[in-house]
Amino acid sequence: METTAYTPADYKSDQPVRWCPGCGDHAILNSLHKAMATLGVPPHLTAVISGIGCSSRLPYYMNAYGFHTIHGRAAAIATGFKVANPEMTVWQISGDGDGLAIGGNHFIHAVRRNIDINMLLLNNKIYGLTKGQYSPTSDRGFVSKSSPYGTVEDPFIPAELVFGARGNFFARSIDVELQITQEALLAAARHHGASVVEILQNCVIYNNGIHNRITDREYRPDRTIHLVHGEKMVFGKNRDKGLVQDGFLLKAVEIGKDGYTMDDVLVHDAHTPTNFLHQQLAMMDGTDLPLAIGVIRDVDSLTYNDEVERQVADVRAAKGFDSLRDMIMAGETWEVK
Amino acid sequence: MLEETSVKTLDKVVIRFSGDSGDGMQLVGNIFTNVSAGLGNEVSTFPDYPAEIRAPQGSLGGVSGFQVSVGTGVHTPGDKCDVLVAMNPAALKQNVKHVKPGGVIVVDIDSFKEADLKKALFTTDNPFAELGINAQVLEVPVTSITKAALADSGLDNKSIIKCRNFFALGLVCWLFDRPLESVVHFLSKKFAKKPAILDANTKVLNAGFNYGHNIHASVSTYRVETKEARPGVYTDINGNTATAWGLIMASEKSGRPLFLGSYPITPATDILHELAKRKDLGVKAVQMEDEIAGVCSAIGASFAGDLAVTSTSGPGLALKSEGIGLAVIAELPLVIIDVQRGGPSTGLPTKTEQTDLMQALYGRNGESPVAVVAPASPTDCFTMAFEASRIAIEHMTPVILLTDAFIGNGSSAWRIPDADEYPEIKPPYVPADKLAEGAWRPYDRNADNLVRYWAIPGTEGGMHRLGGLEKDYATGAISTDPVNHERMVHTRREKIARIANDIPALEVLYDCGDADTLLLGWGGTYGHLRTAAQELNDAGHKVAFTHFRYINPLPANTGEVLSKYKKVVVAELNTGMFADYLQSRFPEVKIERVNKIQGQPFLVEEVVSAVTKIMEDK
Repeated sequence: METTAYTPADYKSDQPVRWCPGCGDHAILNSLHKAMATLGVPPHLTAVISGIGCSSRLPYYMNAYGFHTIHGRAAAIATGFKVANPEMTVWQISGDGDGLAIGGNHFIHAVRRNIDINMLLLNNKIYGLTKGQYSPTSDRGFVSKSSPYGTVEDPFIPAELVFGARGNFFARSIDVELQITQEALLAAARHHGASVVEILQNCVIYNNGIHNRITDREYRPDRTIHLVHGEKMVFGKNRDKGLVQDGFLLKAVEIGKDGYTMDDVLVHDAHTPTNFLHQQLAMMDGTDLPLAIGVIRDVDSLTYNDEVERQVADVRAAKGFDSLRDMIMAGETWEVK
Repeated sequence: MLEETSVKTLDKVVIRFSGDSGDGMQLVGNIFTNVSAGLGNEVSTFPDYPAEIRAPQGSLGGVSGFQVSVGTGVHTPGDKCDVLVAMNPAALKQNVKHVKPGGVIVVDIDSFKEADLKKALFTTDNPFAELGINAQVLEVPVTSITKAALADSGLDNKSIIKCRNFFALGLVCWLFDRPLESVVHFLSKKFAKKPAILDANTKVLNAGFNYGHNIHASVSTYRVETKEARPGVYTDINGNTATAWGLIMASEKSGRPLFLGSYPITPATDILHELAKRKDLGVKAVQMEDEIAGVCSAIGASFAGDLAVTSTSGPGLALKSEGIGLAVIAELPLVIIDVQRGGPSTGLPTKTEQTDLMQALYGRNGESPVAVVAPASPTDCFTMAFEASRIAIEHMTPVILLTDAFIGNGSSAWRIPDADEYPEIKPPYVPADKLAEGAWRPYDRNADNLVRYWAIPGTEGGMHRLGGLEKDYATGAISTDPVNHERMVHTRREKIARIANDIPALEVLYDCGDADTLLLGWGGTYGHLRTAAQELNDAGHKVAFTHFRYINPLPANTGEVLSKYKKVVVAELNTGMFADYLQSRFPEVKIERVNKIQGQPFLVEEVVSAVTKIMEDK
């Protein structure tokens, strides 16, 4: 790992962490502290803004400018913050309920606007703080306190929303994958524009094991694929499986079987502007095709905050005024003596 | 500070239709004149034809105009128009000099293509900037809507285009409340023998009227006249522009950059428009995805260290309530502008009322006090927007500025102030020594005014955490301690109450010396009420007059002033909200009420007769 003048401890506040023992948020918090130290932006130039929910408690545990706001609005608040003070590195923390239900509108518009903030979406497919209702990412048929007979609606797939909103950065990780989470967070921070990092997180109390089908140590190597830009899309316990193109679709194959060789296996290009393949990769769900983790899309584009600064500078250079009075006096006036 | 003013409902309005000589401007001008005369208006017209019978289409020489003044006391067609209809760039260029400052210009934006601009000898692709227009421009796709409206008419393209003038007429009828029935009646006579044309023109007429309705097009027919003009340089300004400029002045005086987070809503959108233009002064105006995002982006900007503002009208204020509560508990400066309109719900979007007072004072969950101020006139919007910003920053609190559609759209001559006429605004930054010692906590307060200190993100050693959860009075950490919560509630309340030490005392603005009755109002009714007070005294009724611009907290001497009168008459454009508010604070005062809830300002005579009646009822 790279080293900077900072250590993870520099980003820790003195507040006691109050998440349940065993909650996936602990690991994510540690990953974030480490990613921040590696990034090396000093604490006084770092802001952490959250909404409401278990995950949104996170700013209290950060030595930074922290703001624990109201339900669903973190993306809008972070947007105003970044436009006002673009020198700051802004992290915005939401859960699946906060970010995609009550805050869904702000989420898609922050992505569309491409404001340069790092959006962490901690997805445990449940409302934890209100004690166990289904969320917009809960699977159809999911039984919860507010859906005792199972839900009768389909969930959002966060990546699909990001692509629908024309997002330029999407990464995914799993709470227990500390290295990959750090790698994703670091890439998100270095990306210029809105970057969404979905982290599959386990709620030990209300939805324990919801991601087990994928995250269980036994299955994880075969049901996930760690994508790295410029590297072959290889996975499996023995690194003997790969993704190949099959018409317009992707296919998982065993290398050396059915005539497939390593040459057939695709190389991940996170930086290509065309998002067709990125979407396919992001939509893989760990059943027929492995769930993709790591940085799936990372494409540079104009950011909202930079463009605001540029416009202000251009307009001021072309016809700026030194003061309000100068501006008014340049308009239509008359004098009374 | 309040200048003596009077409100004039314009007794006449001037409209100028202009276009190519083939555009039928004379026809629609004549119809509008006849319809207005039929409604009992006096009229005076001025047809302004081109000298050449067949000047090239779209050229400056080919512009045909028709000006009409309608109303009462009309003796001339008017010098300048309130509304200009310009069907092409040449018509705009020829007639822009005839538009009153702050007037409305309706253009057919479909005929503002590059070639059209060239014909009218424009040298840039932005004719509005090139002409330096000081008016509200409505860019309406007249040609395309006309074509769409007549797509199934069976008429050929040329005949369809010829109907465009009726779109303009329909839109002007909307602006001035002319019923379309009388226009249609007139048309049916003129086109009795051409039913297809009659049908087409009627359809397009309706399309124009509906367009005005749908976009909430409005033109203010009010003007506030300032008496005893002080020497100085003046400009013409409406309340929404004055509000925007007052905020900019506060930004200059506080050294905090200005941020607006907003969402379009009638009749407040012009504040967003004006501040979006003011990138030339470094202002950042962000159009967010909804009202909630408007206030939330402003809260983010405030946390980041800006003078942060959100602008809206009543329904938007309702949506912002939760966000305002966050700024209350986080004790962040925030200015919320509510240009009040008729409610409830969508109500009367283009009309004026004072019905958001209770919402401003109490419309949030929990004990959630904010400061509330209300400008008295279009030009006072400048001063009170400045004051709202000053209070927000110096007292670290949300402040709601209650203007209304009447003063927001109404215009007035305004003396441009020198910068030194307004005080420096001093943000309560965390003292440097406290930062250096690391001894600072986010809810440490100034013992005098209970204001907490502000650490601007980016400041070394200033890292802290705010949030919507209740905080410990001393440490600023999350606290659910019952006694601490009660202490914090009282502290936030007392902090707002102590703003009373930092605002001007209530002045009796009109007092004949021995009046028993005090007439009072608040906010945008000032001009009408002051004029009414004058007229009451002229008629021999002894009435004193005062007016409130600081609503919460009230000026410290309010009780003292009210107690001097046997009767206090509160006149307002709602069912008595301010009267109830005053009564709850001063139960011993005998309060009478004069109310109007018609979406219209008071008429002076209504107030005079209502107060006269109250005075006669012993």
